[in-house]
Amino acid sequence: MTTGRGIGQDHLTLAEKIRLISWPFLLLLVLIATVGFVSLYSAAGGSVSPWAGKQAVRCGFGLCGLVIAALVDIRVWLKLAYPAYALGVLLLIYVDIRGHIGMGAQRWINLGFLQLQPSEVVKITTVLALARFFHGTTAEDVRNPVFLLTPLALVGLPTIFVMIQPDLGTAMTILMVAGAMFFLAGVRYWMFGVVIAGGIALLPVAWHFLHDYQKKRVLTFFDPESDPLGAGYHITQSKIALGSGGIFGKGFLQGSQSHLNFLPEKQTDFIFTLFTEEWGLAGGLSLMALFAAIIIYGYFIALSCQNQFARLLSMGVVVNFFVYVFINMGMVMGLLPVVGVPLPMISYGGTAMLSVLFGFGLLMSAHVHRDVKFTRRGLDMA
Amino acid sequence: MNRDMERHKEFSRRALILGAGKIAVFGTLALRLAYLQIFEQKKFQTLSDKNRISLRLLPAQRGEIMDRFGAPLAVNRQDFRALLVPEQADDVEDTLARLARLIPISEDEKEEIMVEIDQHRPFSPVLVKENLSWDDMAKVEINLPDLAGVSMAEGQMRSYPLGAATAHIIGYVGRVSKAELTDDPVMSIPGYRIGKTGVEKKYEETLRGEAGQIQAEVNVVGREIRELTHTEGRKGHRLTLTLDSDLQMQCQEYIARQASAAAVVMDVHTGEVYALCSHPSFNPNVFSSGIPADLWEGLLADPTNPLTNKAVAGQYPPGSTFKMVTAMAGLESGAINASTHVNCPGYYMLGDNKFHCWKSGGHGTVDIVTALRESCDTFFYETGKRSGIDAISKMAHRMGLGDKLDFDVPGEGAGLVPDRDWKQKRYKQKWQQGETIVAAIGQGYMLATPLQLATMTARLVNGGKAVKPLLVRSVEEEGSKIPEWPALGFRKPYLDLIQKGMNAVVNDPRGTGHGSCITQEPYSMGGKTGTAQVRRITLAQREAGIKNESLPWKFRHHALFVGYGPVENPAYAAAVIVEHGVGGAMAAAPIARDILLAAQKRDPRRIRTVDAAETAKPAGEKKP
Repeated sequence: MTTGRGIGQDHLTLAEKIRLISWPFLLLLVLIATVGFVSLYSAAGGSVSPWAGKQAVRCGFGLCGLVIAALVDIRVWLKLAYPAYALGVLLLIYVDIRGHIGMGAQRWINLGFLQLQPSEVVKITTVLALARFFHGTTAEDVRNPVFLLTPLALVGLPTIFVMIQPDLGTAMTILMVAGAMFFLAGVRYWMFGVVIAGGIALLPVAWHFLHDYQKKRVLTFFDPESDPLGAGYHITQSKIALGSGGIFGKGFLQGSQSHLNFLPEKQTDFIFTLFTEEWGLAGGLSLMALFAAIIIYGYFIALSCQNQFARLLSMGVVVNFFVYVFINMGMVMGLLPVVGVPLPMISYGGTAMLSVLFGFGLLMSAHVHRDVKFTRRGLDMA
Repeated sequence: MNRDMERHKEFSRRALILGAGKIAVFGTLALRLAYLQIFEQKKFQTLSDKNRISLRLLPAQRGEIMDRFGAPLAVNRQDFRALLVPEQADDVEDTLARLARLIPISEDEKEEIMVEIDQHRPFSPVLVKENLSWDDMAKVEINLPDLAGVSMAEGQMRSYPLGAATAHIIGYVGRVSKAELTDDPVMSIPGYRIGKTGVEKKYEETLRGEAGQIQAEVNVVGREIRELTHTEGRKGHRLTLTLDSDLQMQCQEYIARQASAAAVVMDVHTGEVYALCSHPSFNPNVFSSGIPADLWEGLLADPTNPLTNKAVAGQYPPGSTFKMVTAMAGLESGAINASTHVNCPGYYMLGDNKFHCWKSGGHGTVDIVTALRESCDTFFYETGKRSGIDAISKMAHRMGLGDKLDFDVPGEGAGLVPDRDWKQKRYKQKWQQGETIVAAIGQGYMLATPLQLATMTARLVNGGKAVKPLLVRSVEEEGSKIPEWPALGFRKPYLDLIQKGMNAVVNDPRGTGHGSCITQEPYSMGGKTGTAQVRRITLAQREAGIKNESLPWKFRHHALFVGYGPVENPAYAAAVIVEHGVGGAMAAAPIARDILLAAQKRDPRRIRTVDAAETAKPAGEKKP
């Protein structure tokens, strides 16, 4: 480890790292973010304030963060995995308690420039922690159900605190991402069968713990027309907006549903609806293709990594991104209940944007350090 | 290293499985999107348009109503109204309280406004007060900085320049009641008013016009974002009436000498009504801006029925004014002629029944002219007996009695001309000859409206043409609707005889109406007095000699007079009724004289847009 710096070697210079960053991937992200700015510009009725401008600034910060995260050695991330996880959970508990005292579901911490949502943070830190954990396991370990109790606890802890908030959408996202990581880590197929069967069996119990408004959302999902002005309103109006867009859309700034406020939450959860109302099926499919490109790119990065931590981390980030996209789009198209999940890179919202970009920063770090090999504890393999 | 290779392989395999799942999910999303945007596009497009477009109606300006000379009877006056947008007011109640210091707003009104505010969206203006004067408007305008949410707007308020004088004919407008709602969407405009009585009601459709329309794009809470289309409505048609507003006012003044009275003046040839009054009246301008409850209840409870148009809806026994009909029935049927003489001893015997003449000493021997002149009951008892009820009722109908006259004011009374069939149907009894005797002097079952009596008089003096009273001369510039009235087929010598009698009533010193004769040259009038019993005079009263004036008001006789003027070539026919006025000569004749004199002086006939001949309607098309 004294000579021969360069690709395939464990220590890279800053310049090498910058060169190794996949700039086309960043370009892809900027492209998607631009779709977001355009949509937010339209959502504000053709104005950069209040959303598009702020979002662009945050995106800029996020991209800087991404590059910085990419330049940090993957082994540092490995070492930081558990502390970061602990910090995420603590932040979560902090807002839970404060929310409890303040008698309101306040889900963020005001940092001045940003309202930090710990639930967004724990999505990434849980991925980190799980990647760290499974990095250190053997194939035999993961086949042992008792051994899996630890990672289950790692997932369960933040999930419970997120559910308490209550933020069903994020909790679901964490569970799905964790499930994918368990799967990728090699947990046996039958165990998933057991968990899924158990989950279905527990559904009635879970139902009991849901808040009334959450129950209503689920019920109206199955029959939105039953209550077109009440709980089914969002989804009915969203479908009207989408459907009336047609193949080529109503045109930029011409989305009557969105601009006349029939569309709720048009700048956040329902921004895809606004976008497709104005740009039609052509726009909607193009945006989906961009998302798919990001995911496929992420796949290549993950599969090319030479260590389990980087692979799992990359896939965790990619799956997290995918789950976001899937739940949000399924929701606005009436395929899933309205659970309040933003469309990554597009929806207005600081923490979501920053956490997604930071996640991609980790992915990029894995990419930059793809050939670095290290022990289960993160030590160089001398 | 090997172990990691193994893990890498396992990882890759599972990643591919996961990837396949992702492709499936993305495929589903894409298909769903395509389904919504291609196959359901039409449906959602419709829903989207329905979402965003709202229609707002603009009330059309109501057509004006003019008199025959173009003087306004009903117009739209611009008024000022105070509006309040609740969301712009810091504290609605406080704002109202401050506004109430500038313009009168009662506590009741405040409550109503608060209810209105609750029912509307916070950005839609609520009407606080309408019908404000320029001064009020100015006061509010100056203080607007302290009245957040308050604004002033201009509106249209129906106004009746002649006020009470035309209230019964023109009627008034008011808020639409549930029962009056029709398909016309304009009715749903808050504060929209329609005709409630009179010409305003009868010609509602003509006056209303067509509402304009604003198609506006609205947002989810219904706030207008921008106008898409703006269609101007069509103003309602202007109505020109046959009335002469000056004559109308004079008439109203004349009948106001009595507690409760009505009068009609019409053209004997065309049927145009020049004045039609009922007293007491009411101020329609109060009605169109919303009448206070106590005032309304007072009007309803008043025994003189200020809300009733007595000239059209009031039905009274015609009394002696009916004697011309009996005379014509006798002459036409041949039962009597110009030389028929009857002796009046002051009563008339039919079998064992004694029918009194009003003059207890009797008139001695009378013929048709002297009988009319002195209103001898006995002569007409005999004429009635000879003619029979069939001839009398037939003649009455030909004179325009007993049937509605299709007049242009709602609530017209049909009167009542009894006959055998009617008696059978109504009472399941046979007609008695004694009832013929009573009917011959316009008492008993007989009822007529002042309008019918004026029509009767017109037909007697116009050469026997079946005129009907007309009130509307033209709609917009459409020209007069006066038809050529068909002849009734009376023989001129008979009509001359009747006119001779009616002339004598007024202009012969022995006539019952001589006290009201017109002395001012060249004007003149003829006519007939009438006194109608409200209650039968009992034998005891007759013997005790109780004077009718000493009875309580509501038991006193009605006083009537029908007349025409001038005597030569009559032009105007009039009927006057004074409710409980005791005697026709005393109470009604002086009013009729003043009215007919005023009519001749003003000569409203001087304006004739279209001659009867010009409209050239085939005679007989309008059956009398």
